[in-house]
Amino acid sequence: MDGESLIYFDNAATTWPKPKEMIEAMVAFNDSIGANPGRSGHRLSIEAARVIYSTRELICELINAPDPLSIILTKNATEGINCCLMGLLKQGDHVITSSMEHNSVMRPLRFLETKGVTVSTVLCSPSGEIDLDDIRGAINKHTKMIAITHASNVTGTVMPIEEIARVAKEHGIFFFVDAAQTIGNREIDVIKVGIDILCFSGHKSLYGPQGTGGFYLRKGLEEFLSPLMMGGTGSASEFERQPDFLPDKYESGTPNGIGFAGLAASVRFVLGQGVDRIRAREKTLTKIFLDGLKGIEGVMLYGVDDPSRRTGTVSFNIRGVSPSDISSELDEKYRIMVRPGLHCAPSAHRTIGTFPQGTVRFSFGFFNTEEEILYGIKAIEEIAKTYYNRER
Amino acid sequence: MNKEERYSVALFVSVGHVIKAEKILKKAGIPHKVIPVPRSISSDCGVCVRFLTEDKDRVKAALSELVPINEFREL
Ligand SMILES: Cc1ncc(COP(=O)(O)O)c(C=O)c1O
Repeated sequence: MDGESLIYFDNAATTWPKPKEMIEAMVAFNDSIGANPGRSGHRLSIEAARVIYSTRELICELINAPDPLSIILTKNATEGINCCLMGLLKQGDHVITSSMEHNSVMRPLRFLETKGVTVSTVLCSPSGEIDLDDIRGAINKHTKMIAITHASNVTGTVMPIEEIARVAKEHGIFFFVDAAQTIGNREIDVIKVGIDILCFSGHKSLYGPQGTGGFYLRKGLEEFLSPLMMGGTGSASEFERQPDFLPDKYESGTPNGIGFAGLAASVRFVLGQGVDRIRAREKTLTKIFLDGLKGIEGVMLYGVDDPSRRTGTVSFNIRGVSPSDISSELDEKYRIMVRPGLHCAPSAHRTIGTFPQGTVRFSFGFFNTEEEILYGIKAIEEIAKTYYNRER
Repeated sequence: MNKEERYSVALFVSVGHVIKAEKILKKAGIPHKVIPVPRSISSDCGVCVRFLTEDKDRVKAALSELVPINEFREL
């Protein structure tokens, strides 16, 4: 590596760099469209609406959703998660979740607990795996939903959503998936799997701009899901009541048009590369990294061994050294960007035994290279040699 | 606009539905145009889809199940 280049291993927080097509699409939207979609009826407004519709279509193609209008666009995964959890769960309802959830799921659920919703948090194994029998055992007659992350943002452990969906279906329970860490890097077929709600970020593994995200809602569910926000939609303006159809029911206010123009280009990029290829590439990089770390004295690795059951996210610690010291050393001395600490998921850290100090998290993306990974391993080796040995 | 030809419009609940209808009609090869809702018609969402009145059945068939049409109007 030359001394100038930065190495970005924080793709689980947001991917970077983004494909150049993304920014080109945003510039084009800004320069020649720019209007408020669906508010005004002139040609620029219609064109803006076409762009946003194409974003929905592309996401449908990616997750095999049947209808572009069932893709609700939001500012991030968190907004969609809040909309669905808060809108669907009512007093007296019971929801099952996992101990590996991000605070974007956990905090709304903790809030709902204060409103009379009961929450069962299924404890996962120290490597982040869930036992289906524990889910089955938690079901009671009030259970309305299983809400689970597709992959942990701390350990990268992938949850068996196909099996969990089957359990949900057997019991007539809604199945909610937080795909913030997996959309674009793992195949997701909402129909085949049987997913009722799938929330996602646009700015992570879809390689879109920050300020974009969304969710897929199975048709008919809008009947049970109240909106979190209400307001202008450009439709049904003669009524003061919020429209009841998709996607307008959950999309009030002027959308991030330029962001979704960028997101469309990014999803096109992902589809062009192929989810399979992206996944294979990340798996290769992750395997090299895991193998490299296994040989370093003092390094404790978290998550499952098998690289095919994890995303490109790896958490570790060096015994006796704080995660934030490691990450500042990586930044200052090696120009490597990673994330230290709790990664917005305290319960996941309790599960894997790293609360409250957290972990150092390396997360890889499509634009990372083998050379960068090897350089990262070398950096950790040096840091471990210097600090771990000194601690002893 | 040719004087001999008679036009109708299909009205939808939202512009998303209009764009969806536009895509379907384009694919089906039925001539159409997205236009602002004519002043004589009070409907929301600003835009609608105009087509030849003689194509009304084809439009209906193409959109049925896929996009709920709020209303047809002859111009
Ligand atoms: C598993 C998981 N869920 C939800 C989120 C929230 O995503 P966003 O930042 O797009 O709201 C993240 C990312 O921070 C995540 O990793």
